[in-house]
Amino acid sequence: MHEMSIAESVLGIVEDTARREGFARVTEVRLEIGALAAIEIEALRFCFDAVVHGSLAQGARLEIEATPGMAWCFDCSKSVEVAARGEPCPACGGSKLQVSGGTEMRVKDLVGA
Amino acid sequence: MCTTCGCGTDAVTIDGKAHAHGHDHDHPHDHGHDHGHDHDHDHGHAHGPGCGHDHGPAHEGAAAHSHAAGVPAERAVAVERAILAKNDAEANHNRRLFTRKGIFALNLVSSPGSGKTTLLCETIRRLAGEVPIAVVEGDQQTSNDADRIRATSARAVQVNTGKGCHLDAHMVGHAVEALEPGEDSVLMIENVGNLVCPSAFDLGEAHKVVVLSVTEGEDKPLKYPDMFAAADLMILNKCDLLPYLSFDVAACLANARRVNPAIEILQLSATKGEGMDGWLDWIREGAGEARSRRVRAAVPGAIA
Repeated sequence: MHEMSIAESVLGIVEDTARREGFARVTEVRLEIGALAAIEIEALRFCFDAVVHGSLAQGARLEIEATPGMAWCFDCSKSVEVAARGEPCPACGGSKLQVSGGTEMRVKDLVGA
Repeated sequence: MCTTCGCGTDAVTIDGKAHAHGHDHDHPHDHGHDHGHDHDHDHGHAHGPGCGHDHGPAHEGAAAHSHAAGVPAERAVAVERAILAKNDAEANHNRRLFTRKGIFALNLVSSPGSGKTTLLCETIRRLAGEVPIAVVEGDQQTSNDADRIRATSARAVQVNTGKGCHLDAHMVGHAVEALEPGEDSVLMIENVGNLVCPSAFDLGEAHKVVVLSVTEGEDKPLKYPDMFAAADLMILNKCDLLPYLSFDVAACLANARRVNPAIEILQLSATKGEGMDGWLDWIREGAGEARSRRVRAAVPGAIA
């Protein structure tokens, strides 16, 4: 359940940003989470709702943009999209894949007043 | 637990003591865990103020607007920060300290019961008098593992994470302050036994080393791919038990390489000693490189 730590880190960034912007409340937070970032999205939503309770982001809407998992296939020398680590290359069925994208975990922006 | 600083209701302790220091951040802990949804969901109609819930402006829209007079205008602001930026900054702080002191730091990760502590005790015993080793032990509770390490006469500190499922860079930073590992030493950080969560947290180590024992199952790299992808070295432990098991070594190695084509693999038995030499050589080589980097950096005007 490291999603709880992730949610707490998100709240830390939200509070830093709110302080900088002079926001009294934050109503929406948008994240970018890669498909290969080892994050269970539903667990993160659950934890986010829990950790923002009582904070200036209480009740804030959490928008999560999923970015696709990308990997380089050494067998067919192509960049391919993969849903999970350990899956075969969707183009050639090969198993030698090096992940090249989709591990991002970022706070993109937020809405506050 | 607050993993921003490791303090909070389920306080992280280092050798049984809470670590106290000033904080410049807020703690999101004085809440009950109320999991009802008190937020609204998207819907396709417009409505005015006073309806009981507000909508933020579209992300693309820079124009701020207000639903009611006297209410501050909502606006969208770009943040663009990595969620684990704070952990990564503390990890880099640890890494710079390790580089400056020539410390070769390893982050040992595995399921509970893979034999990490036995491997460490055996490693310390075999490298005694040659390479100084200090140990940070991470567990939710008890100081049993640090006690086992200290019995080898190596220095160890125990970090108890309380309910926490992994070590983070901040906890390790404090543990290292308490431990004060010497110049040109090896620092072994034994993470909480957990094949999931520790994969996401950089502690400042040179390498993550994942330990898998042959009593577990050859498909573990596929079941828990993130950890095997994050590790540079996999140790297949308890190989002395292979004659009694149906564990398929070749399939296990193929599975590990499938999630991480670059992973190095060593097969050994920490209790019986087979294969330990390869592991000790791997440590000697890393420690030698860390020492060389420190010496090069210490030359005035040199670039590390």
